[in-house]
Amino acid sequence: MMGSSLSDTFYRKPGLLTGLLLLPPIFWLVVVYLGSLAALLLQSFYALDDFSGLVVRELTLATYAHLFDQTNREIIIRTVLMASAVTLACAVIAFPIAYYAARFARGKLKALFYLAIMMPLWSSYLVKIYAWKLILAKEGIITWLATGLNAQWMIDALLRMPGIGGSSLSFSYIGTFLVFVYIWLPYMILPLQSALERVPKNLIEASADLGATPRQSFRTVVFPLALPGLIAGSIFTFSLTLGDYIVPQIVGNSRLMIGQAVYTFQGTSGDIPLAAAFTVVAMLIMGIYLTVAKRMGAFDAL
Amino acid sequence: MRSEASRPLKVSAAAGLLFLHLPLALIILYAFTTEEKSFQFPPPGLTTKWFATAWFERPDIWPPLYLSLKVALISTLLAIVLGTCAAAALSRAKFYGRNSLSLLFILPIALPGIITGMALRSAFDIMTIPFSTWTLILGHTTFCMVVVYNNVLARFRRTSGSMIEASMDLGADGFQTFRHVVLPQIASALLAGGMLAFALSFDEVIVTTFTAGQQTTLPIWIYGELRHPTQRPITNVVAIFVMIVTLFPILFAYYFTREGEHTGGGGK
Repeated sequence: MMGSSLSDTFYRKPGLLTGLLLLPPIFWLVVVYLGSLAALLLQSFYALDDFSGLVVRELTLATYAHLFDQTNREIIIRTVLMASAVTLACAVIAFPIAYYAARFARGKLKALFYLAIMMPLWSSYLVKIYAWKLILAKEGIITWLATGLNAQWMIDALLRMPGIGGSSLSFSYIGTFLVFVYIWLPYMILPLQSALERVPKNLIEASADLGATPRQSFRTVVFPLALPGLIAGSIFTFSLTLGDYIVPQIVGNSRLMIGQAVYTFQGTSGDIPLAAAFTVVAMLIMGIYLTVAKRMGAFDAL
Repeated sequence: MRSEASRPLKVSAAAGLLFLHLPLALIILYAFTTEEKSFQFPPPGLTTKWFATAWFERPDIWPPLYLSLKVALISTLLAIVLGTCAAAALSRAKFYGRNSLSLLFILPIALPGIITGMALRSAFDIMTIPFSTWTLILGHTTFCMVVVYNNVLARFRRTSGSMIEASMDLGADGFQTFRHVVLPQIASALLAGGMLAFALSFDEVIVTTFTAGQQTTLPIWIYGELRHPTQRPITNVVAIFVMIVTLFPILFAYYFTREGEHTGGGGK
């Protein structure tokens, strides 16, 4: 009775079973994932030889020094600004949806809301970006609408704005921004909604009984209690924007973001160390963001 | 405050939901347009011929489709085994380092894909591992595992260990207990996690581009068409196909896990 004696052993020593169960996934994550992260860190301390164009495998800080070149510095600042703007916009658009779903939707309507948020979240990432290529195209639906409403001048004025404008919507930061907001919006709605659902009803009633106007109740009771959810959502929107390179590649102009820099340097220019260093920068920025978020209680809402 | 939602709240919630759904409707509309050189709106005419063209006259679509299916299938199977082991171990036992371990298990999905991708790329370069289907599977399994882990863990937390104890007390051996007690309890969560992992892998592009080399998966094919469009409506036909392939697993997963646990969106 080999099998039963084995299971008896496991039953008496549950630690052994836990250990055996953990072995394969830990092996995978430590070897494949943490091992790769270590390789990434190591690569960022190598440097490209300017003359031969080959990577020299000796530890140096030269690649990190490169990050402070003006173009590279601008790439980092630009990406952080974009991620912040996208996060803010997502918060503003997500709030009413999450608030309605959490406080007023009941029964069937609630299930419908849930699916209506989950379906765009899970539908294909590339297809969602492609949809915006259709929308923002010069001959596309926005131009058609604007012509119908005699509002083309508004779009032209937007596109003439320095910094964020461009030759057309699909070649400007306005376009990049819109697509980012669209694809990451559900990631903001979900944690926000679950935070709002946990706001006790009787607190709001008490606030109203004590004479607060709905606006006051919202500002002093609901909003502070929903803040951890908002910050939890912002972790997603910020981190996803920070690391993305497909969106600005398809809708945007030629000035790079961090993700594009990583992709270009590891690919066509063969400068894996610089690509790795840019990735480390993204990790550091996320590290700072997560530390601040943790201090504001965001992890209790996840 | 049992009052109805105010009108501005209703309007902005509805507008937000429209914003989420209209773009996807346009993808479907443009698969039927007669205009193939631009994204002219409204479409000058409607036709269904692009579905036939995509099927019969574009042999370049099939190899990427097969590769994507193969990678998604193998990665999902590996992820189911690894993710279930991890969830089973972490749901019951208390041991030193348990919290850091559970953080490690969600890290591949918590960090942006570009970090996973670039990390793998760096490792392949240092160890001079050539790109192959297996490098793709290596990357995909790493994040698919997390999805299975999340789903199965949520299920384990809701089931009680006393059933297992009862089964063992009544004389079942370990395998019998697993087969007749544990498996039925976690089966639907396993299925849901597996389907979400499949959908995630089938659609993934960021980690994929860093681990593919010269190989073309279906998302890489679409990405290529987005940058250098040839027949635009064909891209829409393929996009609709991808939407359907990823939508079904999500609806199934929702159906299987809807009682009590909502883990479907646990980070993409």
